[in-house]
Amino acid sequence: MKFAVLINEGPYTHQASDSAYHFTKACLDKGHDVFRVFFYNDGVNNGTRLTVPPQDDRNLQKNWTELAEKHDLDMVVCIAAAQRRGILDENEARRQGKDADNIAPGFRISGLGQLVEAGIAADRLVVFGD
Amino acid sequence: MPTLHTVNKSPFERTAFGSCLKHLAAGDAVLVLEDGVVGLRKATAFAGDLDAVSGDHKLYALGPDLDARGLKPDDLVSGVTVVDYGGFVDLVAEHDRTQAWL
Amino acid sequence: MSMDEQTIDTEVVKKFLYVNRKAPYGTIYALESLEVVLISAAFDQDVSLAFLDDGVYQLVDGQDTKAIGMKNFSPTYRALGDYEITKLFVEKESLDERGLTEDDLMEIMYEDEDDDWAEKPSIRIVSRTEMAAVMADQDVVLSF
Repeated sequence: MKFAVLINEGPYTHQASDSAYHFTKACLDKGHDVFRVFFYNDGVNNGTRLTVPPQDDRNLQKNWTELAEKHDLDMVVCIAAAQRRGILDENEARRQGKDADNIAPGFRISGLGQLVEAGIAADRLVVFGD
Repeated sequence: MPTLHTVNKSPFERTAFGSCLKHLAAGDAVLVLEDGVVGLRKATAFAGDLDAVSGDHKLYALGPDLDARGLKPDDLVSGVTVVDYGGFVDLVAEHDRTQAWL
Repeated sequence: MSMDEQTIDTEVVKKFLYVNRKAPYGTIYALESLEVVLISAAFDQDVSLAFLDDGVYQLVDGQDTKAIGMKNFSPTYRALGDYEITKLFVEKESLDERGLTEDDLMEIMYEDEDDDWAEKPSIRIVSRTEMAAVMADQDVVLSF
């Protein structure tokens, strides 16, 4: 079955990203297809590579990046939500005249249409938030 | 065409859990995760609300979230089935849609 | 994905429900939900909006955000008809519990192209039982 996942909260403050990660991993372990993981609202903050959590804590960004690499997962960060919160890839940083980018490997920045498309294409869409 | 409703907040902090229980259609089930699991404990002020629906609707709890909060299956109101993340995936697949009560 | 598959994908019409349970301004959820709603109009999907619990405050008339320095996005709900989004379900029990009535809400109209462009209200006041039936009748339910 084809799943899509929406994450509305950033890492660490809320458990949403952790729950979504374990859920997505369980989907893939069971042999399901995950069409897309979409990061919206503060969820875009999962996609910065500049977080430095304590060594004895989980590294959520790294977990997501590794999951994406292993399963060729499509992880999309909403561009409008990302611009509000300072999540930029190289293109966006240049376009907005910013001096740095911070997008983590495995994440890509794209439009909200990618969320609607995931809702259309997937058999099930599951939302994680606050 | 049953729905799987998910609730992740304590009924003692937010209205989501209570509101969810008031919007169940025939055949719908509820999966409780994250802080929502504290609402499943027996003999609380919320237990009556659960009793009112548990005859007609299946209630599920995410085991890892129970464990994390020191709750054991015996602590819960009767009729709750404990699942792991794989069981969560199965429930989503078995229902026609999932509605998150955020 | 091949061009053929893309063409087929865009022809799928699913029932999307956007569930709004939070008041505007205190958090960004109402605004960012509305942004998705507007985008979904471009995909020609069958879109409905549900307003219950504190979400009914998103439609309250007379919102004035000048003194909090935030953009008042409530006029956007009035424009939804232009995007062919015409089903705004508002739960009566949620209004009652908050001491509100339908008269406290904005007037939101759309022109019905199947009825000689007659002006009709987009807001439909429904009971809790009817709201549960609306929720059970969807393909995709999004909440923020």
